[in-house]
Amino acid sequence: MPNEVLTGAQAIVRSLELLGIDTIFGLPGGAILPTYDPLMDSKKIRHILVRHEQGAGHAAEGYASASGKLGVCIATSGPGATNLVTAIADAHMDSVPMLVITGQVPSTHIGTDAFQEADIVGITMPITKHSFLVTKAEDIPGVIAAAVQIATTGRPGPVLVDVAKDAQNQKAEFIWPPKIDLPGFKPTTKAHGKQIAAAADLILSSSKPVLYIGGGSIRAGAHKELLKIAELTGAPAVTTLMARGALPDTHPQNLGMPGMHGTVPAVTALQKSDLLITLGARFDDRVTGDAKSFAKGAKVIHIDIDPAEIGKIRHADVPIVGDLKEVLQELNAELEAKTKGKKPDLKEWWVFIDGLKKRYPLGYDWPEDGMLSPQYVIERIGELSGPEAIFAAGVGQHQMWSAQFIKYERPNSWLNSGGAGTMGYSVPAAMGAKVAQPERLVWAIDGDGCFQMTNQELATCTINDIPIKVAIINNSSLGMVRQWQSLFYNGRYSNTDLHTGQDSVMIPDFLKLADAYGCLGIRVTKKEEVDAAIKLAMETNDRPVVIDFVVGKDAMVWPMVPAGLSNDEVQFAKDAAPVWDGQE
Amino acid sequence: MSRHVLSLLVEDKPGLLTRVAGLFARRAFNIESLAVGASEVEGLSRITVVVQVEGLALEQITKQLNKLINVIKIVELEPEMAVQRDHFLVKVKTDATNRSQVLEAVDLFRGRVIDVVSDSLIIEITGEASKCQAFVKVLEPFGIKELVQSGVLAMGRGSKSMSEKISK
Repeated sequence: MPNEVLTGAQAIVRSLELLGIDTIFGLPGGAILPTYDPLMDSKKIRHILVRHEQGAGHAAEGYASASGKLGVCIATSGPGATNLVTAIADAHMDSVPMLVITGQVPSTHIGTDAFQEADIVGITMPITKHSFLVTKAEDIPGVIAAAVQIATTGRPGPVLVDVAKDAQNQKAEFIWPPKIDLPGFKPTTKAHGKQIAAAADLILSSSKPVLYIGGGSIRAGAHKELLKIAELTGAPAVTTLMARGALPDTHPQNLGMPGMHGTVPAVTALQKSDLLITLGARFDDRVTGDAKSFAKGAKVIHIDIDPAEIGKIRHADVPIVGDLKEVLQELNAELEAKTKGKKPDLKEWWVFIDGLKKRYPLGYDWPEDGMLSPQYVIERIGELSGPEAIFAAGVGQHQMWSAQFIKYERPNSWLNSGGAGTMGYSVPAAMGAKVAQPERLVWAIDGDGCFQMTNQELATCTINDIPIKVAIINNSSLGMVRQWQSLFYNGRYSNTDLHTGQDSVMIPDFLKLADAYGCLGIRVTKKEEVDAAIKLAMETNDRPVVIDFVVGKDAMVWPMVPAGLSNDEVQFAKDAAPVWDGQE
Repeated sequence: MSRHVLSLLVEDKPGLLTRVAGLFARRAFNIESLAVGASEVEGLSRITVVVQVEGLALEQITKQLNKLINVIKIVELEPEMAVQRDHFLVKVKTDATNRSQVLEAVDLFRGRVIDVVSDSLIIEITGEASKCQAFVKVLEPFGIKELVQSGVLAMGRGSKSMSEKISK
């Protein structure tokens, strides 16, 4: 039978269907119009029309991060494409599998400064895993298939496919499956046997090991293997900002989050460790503080799918390149064979750590001004919603409190912008997550600053029946910046007052805004109203819900290691550092 | 800091050079010399990059370059295991009084004159970078009007080829 002849536009839609794509977030425009026509007829793909392309990008990220599947977004050329840039950069930093399709001016116009022309391949080169410019219809199936393969295998990441308008309009034979020719792309997934043995030996000879668990463990789907290695080694574990939920918070060995706002036990265990068992983590500066003084006495086992992460910041004594799930299966088998059911003796190490846990638990004080405590609100959202829910945070204080005070029990339940720190991530990411997992309760925990960057997607949520719950932790300011101004700039609050909360003009009025978008709006100012509002939000599923939690602006995120300092300088409250009793 | 010669086998795709050069720029690695051209395999190009870096940074460069999808293979060419050649074109001022002196230098350095006019010559010279530079030094007193360099080209000694075992 001869091959079907399709337009390039039809070939894009058909290729996506054949690759199992069921959802696309996007917004049409001139150069992508041809593709939107056959998209309208697709029975397999749900296209969700966003209000701003950045929203499409973060929604695709949220979709991917909640489900582990590929996220897809689409936009037109020029400004449509450049509006995706922040989300692409975000996905690149946090290794989110994402396919970005953009329309481009006709190939005959490329390079002429045509209307809505932007060199989006050039612009995004440093922030994509790879990118393609397609100028011929016959190349489309092969490029889309290759893009999906690159985005989803090895270390995941965003891949951009820029398709010239004439390539969308031309006709070509549709050949499927296409030949994918990527001679330079062969991710290593399986570890060297010798390295596995070396890692096991190092683990069994360590007296102060720590499992340093990073976001790669979630991308690899390695949570069962993590439980196993925790059980086999008996070692304390820390879960980085990107790895919250990779190991349950109720697990007795989990010390919580390390880093700038990590728990004292997590920060200190890493500092005093003699062996970092590094699992899909990358020694980010927000974890290590001053890298030279980070865990100085520790040897390092570093397991990562990306060889370039190994040795980038910290020398690895045992480097292992591979897929974390596969590597851990082998390492666990090796450990099992070597220990024969006997756990290594870490009694002294645990005496020290248990002491830290007892003396320096996570906590917060109720604000002196009598306002609502932001930490309390977030804690109650977590407790009432339970571990099956999904929580997507923006960036700043509310993000750190959400990482600290919600207890995560499963991977992919915590979504946030870790590497890029993108304000405005939360609402669209929650929207994407809710589309991916419609049966789950999905919260956007947002700040009043972040919320004002992307709240236009509430329209998308209301119209497309995506009932997310938004909790605005409204402290009327750019809270984290304000915290730094309090601590490091003598309380000079330069341009951090947003006038949305307590004793202010409340512009915008978030209740009116919720109403305008067809959402249920609730305002909470007192402790006794918190639970009822959360419960009402959970019961309301015929439209999105926005709760304006008007909280105190002086609450700060603790513990804290000031930027650039050694993690030895961790403070659990303002001007209060842990006291070491000579044991160390 | 030490000098390293990297040889890259890459797919000849649009934007490839931008990807390689951009990577060096954004990761703050310095390029001393860069030479690009077609290889013996259709569709594949060969890039020779000379970098000045410390040990650990070299490992990062190599690993980051390897992550580029269109980069197929990278080898570091050790000086004793490889031949390295530079190619210079030099336009030098000459007249009837000093032309013979210049031609003598060309002979000594085994260069070739490839263009002659009454008041200047274009000379090509090939060899290790140090030899080419020495030749330029000798010509300097006569007045160098233009200098163009190819960048270092390098190839491993022996019968092995970099494109072996590449299915293409």
